[in-house]
Amino acid sequence: MLRYVLKRLLSLIVTLAVASMVIFAVIEVAPGDPASFMLGVNAQPDTVAALRTELGLDQPKAERYLSWIGNMLTGDFGTSYTYRSSVAQIIGDRLWVSVPLALYALILSTVIAFPAGIYAAARRGKAGDAAVMGGTQLGVAVPNFWFAMMLVLIFAINLRWFGAGGFPGWSKGVFPAIKALTLPAIALALPQAAILTRVMRSSLIDVLGEDFMRTARAKGLTRSQAIWRHGVRNALIPVLTILGLQVSFLIAGAIVIEQVFYLPGLGRLIFQSINARDLIVVESVVMLLVFAVVLINFLVDIAYSIVDPRLRQRT
Amino acid sequence: MSRANVNLILGTLLVAALGGLALLALVWTPYDVNVMNIAGKLKPPSAEHWLGTDQLGRDILSMIMVGAGTSITVAALAVAVGLVFGIPLGLLAAAHKGGLIDETIMRLNDVVFAFPFLCLAILITAVLGASAGNAVLAFGIFNIPVFARVTRGGALSLWEREFIMSAQVSGKGVARISAEHILPNVLNLLIVQGTIQFALGIQVEAALSFIGLGVQPPTPSLGRMLADAQTLVTLAPHMAIFPGMAIILIVLGLNLMGDGLRDLLDPRLSGERT
Repeated sequence: MLRYVLKRLLSLIVTLAVASMVIFAVIEVAPGDPASFMLGVNAQPDTVAALRTELGLDQPKAERYLSWIGNMLTGDFGTSYTYRSSVAQIIGDRLWVSVPLALYALILSTVIAFPAGIYAAARRGKAGDAAVMGGTQLGVAVPNFWFAMMLVLIFAINLRWFGAGGFPGWSKGVFPAIKALTLPAIALALPQAAILTRVMRSSLIDVLGEDFMRTARAKGLTRSQAIWRHGVRNALIPVLTILGLQVSFLIAGAIVIEQVFYLPGLGRLIFQSINARDLIVVESVVMLLVFAVVLINFLVDIAYSIVDPRLRQRT
Repeated sequence: MSRANVNLILGTLLVAALGGLALLALVWTPYDVNVMNIAGKLKPPSAEHWLGTDQLGRDILSMIMVGAGTSITVAALAVAVGLVFGIPLGLLAAAHKGGLIDETIMRLNDVVFAFPFLCLAILITAVLGASAGNAVLAFGIFNIPVFARVTRGGALSLWEREFIMSAQVSGKGVARISAEHILPNVLNLLIVQGTIQFALGIQVEAALSFIGLGVQPPTPSLGRMLADAQTLVTLAPHMAIFPGMAIILIVLGLNLMGDGLRDLLDPRLSGERT
């Protein structure tokens, strides 16, 4: 077990190291150097020179890369030149929107997908199954930002149940904040729920063919008792892995969705920083997102291997 | 008729319909999309303009026809980038399983997948500049490891098979075996994956263009049309509704095609797939 964890940990570190180099390299190939890219074509040469010094661009590339990584490890993400405050501080503020949004969406998609997937598996090949599967095909095909616009049109503009966008902040109370996140979370959750439903269904169908399910029925359990007590529990393992992978899609989806609802989250921060050419913020936020994705998948892998020891041998 | 065929037929019909409209737009559209008509802007659907007009008075149906072509081209080119680089990498990795090349390729795979989906594309287009070409490049780069992985996975099991061993015995080199025997046998997998990535490409183009990092005006694309529609959704909901439905129909069609093809080409999977 320990060996497996160490091996996975090593691959996590290698992945992060290479990913950080990729990010650093992409930022480096910005036309001109980052300083002139950030200030735009009309900047005075001495302003560019000043920013170059401020960013440490006069030092060799390798040194700059190492100090970027070193600083990030100690929690110093640099200083944003548009916000004139520390990137760590800005990210910290934005996390209070993005993390609850992602969790909200994750919960919603699970709440929709589990019953739908179980229902479809139990009625495999019947009309109910076909209806659920058709629904998931549609759910996967709908762009979440378009769905978001439709939600705004129906629930904010026509019915006036929700605001069309913006975020009041948590200081105004939990309820208004959650209300402001509801439409965005629904928009984010829809495609994820569709994928999760399919995984839940096929995983449960696999389990239903197992011998222990027949044994459970032979013991005198009804079909639905057997499905609930033995089937669902065993079907959950692959579903959890997919749930881990979905975090990556939720984060990415949030970049676009926050844009539609004007939510001050990490996604909107990336977008605003790109428009302001604030590469320091872009670089650090992307690295942080990569770290989050890699870490979550690592934890899922470890949790998975605890539940199912056979996996430790495989990789 | 089996479900695979139903999926395949339905999917092909959808893709053919939308693709046909896009092709038709090359020679004819109901209205010229380059001509503005401010007096007739934001009109709801009518007999003259079946799907209404946009903020510049352009005919939405014509815009969708041209825009679908742009979106399809971007997605197709990104798939092509993925195939051109991904297939040789995957074949190489499988031929030298466990070797340095294989390890490097698989590690790079992990790295690309470590980026939240779209994040790499956003980073690339942000730095290189927002354009249709860079959107192709960005999603194409994401496609490379996808196709490399699929090729490698299919090729690995083939290398264990007897007909490959007999080819080796007959003195064929690794490159020749890969090209003559391995590649034709992983084509099925690649076609199915290609359809899926194509559908994903349509969605990526839409998302990137929607946030202003993809196709640039005045070229119409389905994502750009939705970006224009966003601020006007109260005044002219039809500007958002129809391009979105076009995206859904293309993606739905491609996904159904992919599912149908997978079942058709690999009957073992029918009914058991997700």
